[in-house]
Formats: sequence, structure tokens, C-alpha cells
Amino acid sequence: MAEDAILGFLEKNEKIADSGKFASNIGIDHNEIVNVIKSLHGFRLVDAEDIKREKWVLTDEGKSYTVAGSPEVQLFLAVPPEGISREELQKKVDPSVYKIGCSQAIKNKWLEMGKAQVSRKVQQVEDQVKDLLLRIQDGEVHAVDQGDIDALKKRKLIALQTWKSYSLTKGPNYAPKRKKVATDLTREHLQRGDWKDLEFKEYNFSAKGQPAEGGHLHPLLKVRKQLQMIFLQMGFEEMPTNNFVESSFWNFDALFQPQQHPARDSHDTFFLQVPSTTKKLPEDYVERVKRVHESGGYGSRGYGYDWKREEANKNLLRTHTTAVSSRMLYLLAQKPFAPKKYFSIDRVFRNEAVDRTHLAEFHQIEGLVCDRGLTLGDLIGVLHDFFSRLGMSKLRFKPAYNPYTEPSMEIFSYHEGFKKWVEIGNSGMFRPEMLLPMGLPEDVRVIAWGLSLERPTMILYGIDNIRDLFGHKVDLSLIKRNPICRLGVD
Amino acid sequence: MPTVSVGRDRLFEALGRTYTQEEFEELCFDFGVELDDVTTEKAVIRKEKHLEEEAGEDEEVIYKIEVPANRYDLLCLEGLAQALRIFMGLDEIPKYIVSNIPSESLLKMHVKPETSLIRPYVVCAVLRGVTFDEARYNSFIDLQDRLHQNICRRRTLVAIGTHDLDAIEGPFTYEALPPTDINFVPLKQVKSFRADELMEFYKTDLKLKKFLHIIEKSPVFPVIYDRNRTVLSLPPIINGAHSAISLQTKNVFIECTATDLTKAKIVLNIMVTMFSVYCERKFHVEPVEVVYSDGKSNVLPDLSVFNLEVPLSYITGSIGVSLDLNQVSSLLNKMQLQAERSVSVDGRSIVVSVPPTRSDVLHACDVMEDVAIAYGFNKIPKRKPVSLKPVALNQISDLIRLEIAMNGFTEVLTWILCSYKENFSMLNRKDDKSTAVIIGNPRSTDFEIVRTSLMSGILKTVGHNKDHPKPIKIFEVGDISVLDETKDVGAKNQRQLAALYCGANSGFELIHCLVDRIMEVVGTPFVPIGDDKGYYIRRSNEPEFLPGRQASIVFRGKHIGTFGIVHPEVLSNFDIPDPCSFVELNIESFLWS
Repeated sequence: MAEDAILGFLEKNEKIADSGKFASNIGIDHNEIVNVIKSLHGFRLVDAEDIKREKWVLTDEGKSYTVAGSPEVQLFLAVPPEGISREELQKKVDPSVYKIGCSQAIKNKWLEMGKAQVSRKVQQVEDQVKDLLLRIQDGEVHAVDQGDIDALKKRKLIALQTWKSYSLTKGPNYAPKRKKVATDLTREHLQRGDWKDLEFKEYNFSAKGQPAEGGHLHPLLKVRKQLQMIFLQMGFEEMPTNNFVESSFWNFDALFQPQQHPARDSHDTFFLQVPSTTKKLPEDYVERVKRVHESGGYGSRGYGYDWKREEANKNLLRTHTTAVSSRMLYLLAQKPFAPKKYFSIDRVFRNEAVDRTHLAEFHQIEGLVCDRGLTLGDLIGVLHDFFSRLGMSKLRFKPAYNPYTEPSMEIFSYHEGFKKWVEIGNSGMFRPEMLLPMGLPEDVRVIAWGLSLERPTMILYGIDNIRDLFGHKVDLSLIKRNPICRLGVD
Repeated sequence: MPTVSVGRDRLFEALGRTYTQEEFEELCFDFGVELDDVTTEKAVIRKEKHLEEEAGEDEEVIYKIEVPANRYDLLCLEGLAQALRIFMGLDEIPKYIVSNIPSESLLKMHVKPETSLIRPYVVCAVLRGVTFDEARYNSFIDLQDRLHQNICRRRTLVAIGTHDLDAIEGPFTYEALPPTDINFVPLKQVKSFRADELMEFYKTDLKLKKFLHIIEKSPVFPVIYDRNRTVLSLPPIINGAHSAISLQTKNVFIECTATDLTKAKIVLNIMVTMFSVYCERKFHVEPVEVVYSDGKSNVLPDLSVFNLEVPLSYITGSIGVSLDLNQVSSLLNKMQLQAERSVSVDGRSIVVSVPPTRSDVLHACDVMEDVAIAYGFNKIPKRKPVSLKPVALNQISDLIRLEIAMNGFTEVLTWILCSYKENFSMLNRKDDKSTAVIIGNPRSTDFEIVRTSLMSGILKTVGHNKDHPKPIKIFEVGDISVLDETKDVGAKNQRQLAALYCGANSGFELIHCLVDRIMEVVGTPFVPIGDDKGYYIRRSNEPEFLPGRQASIVFRGKHIGTFGIVHPEVLSNFDIPDPCSFVELNIESFLWS
């Protein structure tokens, strides 16, 4: 009704100057009109400008006088021409009427209020207050003196009400008849076919959508997946690494790591109470390893110490996945030689103090190539291929020491963000003292490299505390928020 | 690929023995054709007419044999039988001979210049002293049909006409005339038609109407006359009735009119080589001279061999077998290719004589293929390219991880090391000393033991994420270690899956549902208790779970895990104020589907 009236009026007229007047003209409550205006304005069918107005309205007391007359008149009429005793008069009228009426009637010099007797001073009175109030009620404020208004205000019979109305013009979406607005397309719309007439409520695109409920993969394992892909694309085969418990023999001795080496110290390695020792090792190979440690062979002088079997039998949690590599290479040597490219990404353990960048366990990425006639150039080449797929194409290599590789190279990459060279991994060529006792042919060389999975992931996802990435203190929201891993994609 | 229907018994007769169907299929397979269907003439008719009758005993069995699309010489029984006989070493390669006829005695075909407006080429030949019987006659007609269908591209490129030479008289003329000027009695009709009327007449002929468009719109129609103006044919539509061949025909005149001369020659060669076997002088073909209006002339068919020199190394190198020249020669002989040691260069090449029947041989690679076929594809030693094998357990783990995430669970990755308490007493469990790998020199209590289940890590994660909005749905797939006497080091890893729900209520049914979903994705049916073909759920009594709301998961008769509402004491041990349900199971048994 109200909406049709507004839109209909604006169709023929340029403007509704005052919604208040408009409301009274058409006989609709202004509040109703205001609600419609707000809605029309929201959909920009009309443009609305505020008009602030003030208006005198009757208080409840004032309203009551428009019916019963002012108290002074009521009191005056209660006094008969012959007069009346105070007691009698008080019985005849309401106490409030008596009280207010007395003071006003005295002020107007209408009544004589004697000690015992009340009598009229004038014979007739006009109820001016009632007339004024009626006028104000009828909106004829202009016909009332400012003095009268002030007097009525003072008596709290009228009050000033601020009152808002609007001036209206056509808005950018003006139409003589508003289409139904919808917030969504429903099955009913389709069934009724009224979707054609739908107008959609403006959607708020500056707010985010409703949060989705779904599952999430762990960021570190997403990176692992991409690294697996990269290795597979480079023709590397995954090694089975599901054995955390390892013997010192495969973890150290087979790698030509001497038994007094500091890495074999209990400060760095988790040795086991249960199961404390290994029961089975390939005896003839153990014999060759013992000999190469003690007195050399295969062109080596050896380390020249008494190699102890008990030390090799000690069980530990593998300190590197190279323990698995040594088992794999040993198996490879037991068959007619075929070149191999292996990789693994799995958990390793170090008995180290835990801090922002170190945990007692982390994931090691390892790659190795085993073939005849490999050179250091092949190692550098494969490292460039591998790391450039990780987005690190500026590499350089620093000579380093590692007991089972010779030469050993630390891999540095230039970090464009940090503007410096950062170490990203270790690499080298396995020593003949490691390979030849296994039984690999003399011209077979093995090049290998390793790095942690956590470090590139932390750089990738901007995480500086490793405990925020991995372990039970991780914030689940972080896991849910993390983006896809694009390693190896571009 | 084209299919050739041949009578089984006739084929076996031509091959000189009978075969079981399996034996014959084997022979076909090795040679590179395929026995597509076995049926009978009557069955074909029944099928066409949608009749349901029982097959009689005496019906002739038809073999439908699929042949390579470029081997036109295999499109009839004669060619197929010959190829197979030679393949089996029963026959020598035939030598086709163009009879030496003095030029003045040659039959002549004069070509009028107007033919260039519609169908410019014609090639002809004569087969003398042919003996037809019903089967040969039918084969002769069928071959024309198949050639028309295949290489002739439904007569657009080439059309074949065959005539009883004794009913006509050369020289012949190949002309192109307005349809209204051509009148003759067409094959299978008794009255004479004018060519334009004939076209109208054939519009309702199911077989012929599809060829009409080839000449219909042309102002002139191609037509062949003999010296007495008898119409031999109105190519590519129909022959004249007058020269129709019959079982009694002895001398056959073959003409091929064409828009493609090369194909016309191939088609003519196939026709004459296939059926010269029935000539009085086997494999002899009489040539016909085609004389064009500009005076140029051709004597055809050309049945000479095409010589191709192929290095031995190319053949053996491409196939991957080592063969000497003699072996290659004898293999090629089986494929109807005569081969001799080349006299040129170092003598490590062969010269292959490609007969007129083998228009498919274009290059040395075609020769090489025939050597490989004759050698036997399935005898060639394998050479495998380098390839990689996945670690099955990791692949299965990744696939299951994705499925769990798709079920709305978020993956966590917790530590393998934990305190002794966390692994046992905090889970209400007692250590029976039979499972756990224990570290001898831990730096702190956090690293006393290798976890024997994923439960403590998951509960610790919930305990540290109290502020996270509920429900929390998390999972982990990872390894635990357990003692194992059979392993060299005395312990082994085991791949576990754990998932937890934490919310205002326990979510027990949700975790139950996840168990069902996991079993569904590994393809295992839900079975009654005691059945070991699938999985079932059995009440359990584990201390870490609430009694009455926990169960054991039994997969193929083996207990692989447990799920339940986490015991309130355990929750309190891990400082978790909300109810949780948890499942953990070993996924290694899913490795074998």
C-alpha cells in the first residue's frame, strides 16, 4: 500500500518534499511510510534525504485536559455560586485537580480561597488551556502564542518532539512497481517459474564467504608429496624406509664411519634399551667391513683401530636414512650390476636439544645415483636439476667433511629474499671403503645428497618455529589454512 | 578393417587339411588376420529376416575373416588360401606372366577424348581358358564387390566390369556420350533402357542407387562399346546383359574405368592375379592395349615385380633379433616376397622382389614388418625400458590419507617419540613389556619410548588446541614400532591410521561411520561376525575406551584396530574437557586387495 503510493506518486511527480505530510495526506501512519522508504532506499529505487523537524505534542496530562478540561476550570465549576467549604470542595474533585486547580484559579483570580469558605470571584470562565491544547493537538501550533506555548511547556502539558521525515526523489533503480527481491534462487522459484521476475538483493562481496567444512592435509606432507613427484619425474625409485630401529652396523659401520666417531656418541644418537642389540648381520660382509675399518684394503689404509662387533650390534633409532641406502646398495651388490636411482623421505632421530629449529626427530630427504663411471660433474648436474625444481637455481658448493663421502660438498643456494647464501643440504660421492666391501664393481660410483624436509617447508610457508609445523603443539587452524604446495609445478 | 566371408570347407580344402577352430584361429593370429565370426549362409539370411529357426546340420559353415585394409590380395578365398599356404611353406611364390602376344593380335581399347570430362582412365586384361564352378564364380563376383567397397571407394575411384569375351568383339571403345544417346539392355533386365531412363529406374534399386550420384549430374555418361556397338558397360553403374559372364564363360574380359589410374592398375592386377589360378595356363594373363586419342598407348596389366633393396641391419635392428641373410630370405618367402642377397656394396643387404599382388609394400619398413610377422611377434625377445616400482605401502597410505581428508578430517603429524607415561599409564594401559621399543639414553622424558600407537600424539594435539572451534576432526597416518623377534634388529615398523572426533558430544557414530567408509574405500564388504571374507565389528573391552561404547575391527578374520569413546579418565589425563571418540587401526593388511 504505502510502497505503491510512494512509487506511484513519484511516477507522476518529481519529488515527495516531506514524507510526513505525504503520510498524513494519504492517511497512512508515518512510521509505516518510513519503513517502506528505508527498504526502497536500500534497493536504490528512491533517493531519500533526511528532514529533521520539531513538533509540539501533548503530554499525557495535557491530553487528559483536552477531554476533561483544565483543572482550574474543573475546580471553578465545582464551586457553586453561593460558595462552598474547603472540605466539601476537596471531596468533590480529584486531589490533583484540587491542587493544580487551586493554584491556577488563584493565579487567574477566579476564586477566593478563604480559610473555611471558597467562593467565585468571577461568574464565568473560559477554558483557554483546553482550547490551546486542542489547537496544538490539531497541529495548529502557528495559531498559538509563544507565551502560551512557554506557559503550557512550563506546566508540562506539551513537549517538543523531534521528528524525522524524508524528502524523496527517484533513485537509480526506480521502477513504478518493485520486483520481488530475493537473496537466493530456490527450488520454489524454479517450480513456480517466477525466477524471471526476481531481483536479487545486492550481495556483499567485501565480506568473505561462509567458511567451508572439509578435510585438510598436513603442509609438511604436501611438500613431501611434491618432492616425491620431483624424484619420480627424475627417474628415482623410492626406497622402503619403514624401519626406525636400526643397528649401528648399518647406520654407521657399513658407511665406513669409525666406531670412535663423535656422531656415534650417546649425546647425538638414541641408543636402545629394548631391543638393545641386533641379532643377525651378513657375516662375510661384516668381516670385510671390520677389515676395511681396521687395516684397510681396496687401496685404503683403513682407520687402524680394533673394530668391535659389540659396538656394531648396538641398536639405535636411525640417525639418517642413509642407513637404508647402505642396506639397498648392499642388496644391489648381491645381483649382477644394474644402475639405480633411489630416493627416500622419512623420519630420522637425533638425541639433540629441542629448540626453534631443531627437533629430536625430523624428515630427511635423500637421493642417490649408483652407476658406472659417475663423476663429480654428474653430482653437480643432478643437484642443479633437483634444486632448480625446488625453485633454487643459483647453487654453489663448499668442500666439507663427511666420514662416508669423498669428495663431500655442502650445497648452498642464494636466497633472493635474505640476499645471502644459505646452506640447503649435503652431498658427496660414497667412499670406495664403503662400496667395495659390499661387492659393487670397482668402476661403480654412488653420488648422493640429503636435506631436511622441514627447512624448505618452513621457508615455503613462512614458519619460523619448527614446533608450529610439526608435533602436537601445532595450531590446527594453521593446518587448515595452508595453501597447495606448488613445488615442482612451475 | 574389411571382412572376407569364405566357406570353411572350401578354405580347408584349399589349405590341404582341416583345422579345429582353435588351430585355425592360431594360424590367423600368427599371420595377422583374425577369425572374426563363424556363421552359416542360412544363419545370415535368418538374421537378416529376423527369423528364429533351428540351424540344420548340413549348413555350410562360413568363416568371416578380418584382413588388413591394405592387403587387397587377401580379399578373396583364392588370395587368402595362397597367402596362408605360402606362409606355412606349402607353396612356392607364384610367378605371374603376361602372355607374349604380337602387337597386331592384341585386343585394343580406344579411348575417346570426351571421357576426360567424367572418368578419364580405363585399363583392361583378358583371362583365357578359365574354368568356373559355382564357388569360383561367386568368389569372382564377391572379390569385385569387396574391391569396389574398399580401394575403389564405392566405385568413385575405380569400377570393374567383367565380360564374356566370346559374346563381344574387339576392338572396344571407351566413350562419353549424352545419356539420351545410350541405349542397351542392362544386366539382369530383358528390355532396353535409355541411359537417362535407366538412372531413373535404378533410383529404387537398393544396391545400385548409391552409385548413381557419381555420374548423374554429368552431361555425358561413360560407356564401353565393342566393334558392333554392343554396350559392355555403363561404368560405374551397370554392365550390359549381352556380355554377362556365366559358369560357362571361358574367356573373361576385364575392364576397370577410373578417376585414379594408379588404383585402377592395382585393382586390375588383383583381379587377374587372383583368378589366373583358374586359367588353362596357370598365372598367365593376356594384355590389352589401351589407345588414347592423342596416339599414346599402354599395354596392361603390368605384372612385373618391384625391387627393393633393404639392409639386413635395418631389419634385424628394427625387430630386435639377430638373423642372417638366409633366415631373412626364407622368412620373407613365407610372406610371398622373393628375396636375394644384394650384389651391391658389402653384401649385407637383400633385394626383395615385391610381386604385383603386394601393392601395400612401399618401403623397407613394410618388408621389415613381414620379416617380424613371419618370425613371429610372440617369439621376439623382450627388451623392457627402465621403469620404476612404487613402494606399495606408501602408495596405499597416501590414497587412504586422501580419503580420510575427503571425509572432513584434518591431518596432523605428531612425534614418534613420547614419554613412557603418555604411551601407557595416561592411556589407562599397562606395559606388558612385549611391544615397546625403549630408548636407553633419553635427554628428557619426552623421548623415552617409540610410540606403540598414535593415540597419545592425537590426544596431546587436542589438549593443545582447546581454543579451536568444535568439533575437532583430526587424523594421522604414520608408523609405530613394535618388538618383533623375527627381524634382524628385533623390532619393526607398523603403519597405523588414527582419527579422532571431539565436540559437544562424543561423535561415536561418526567415528563408526568413518570405519565403515575406510572399509568401503579399500573394497571390503561388511560381513556377519565370524565371517572372514570381509570385516565386522565386535564388542571390545580396552582400558583406554569407555566400557560399552567401544569395539574391535576385525578384517578378514584378523583384529586390526579398535574404536570407541575415549575413557573420561584418559581425557582428563590429557587435559581434554570435551568428549572424544577415537579409532586406530593397522592399514598394512589393506596392501593386498
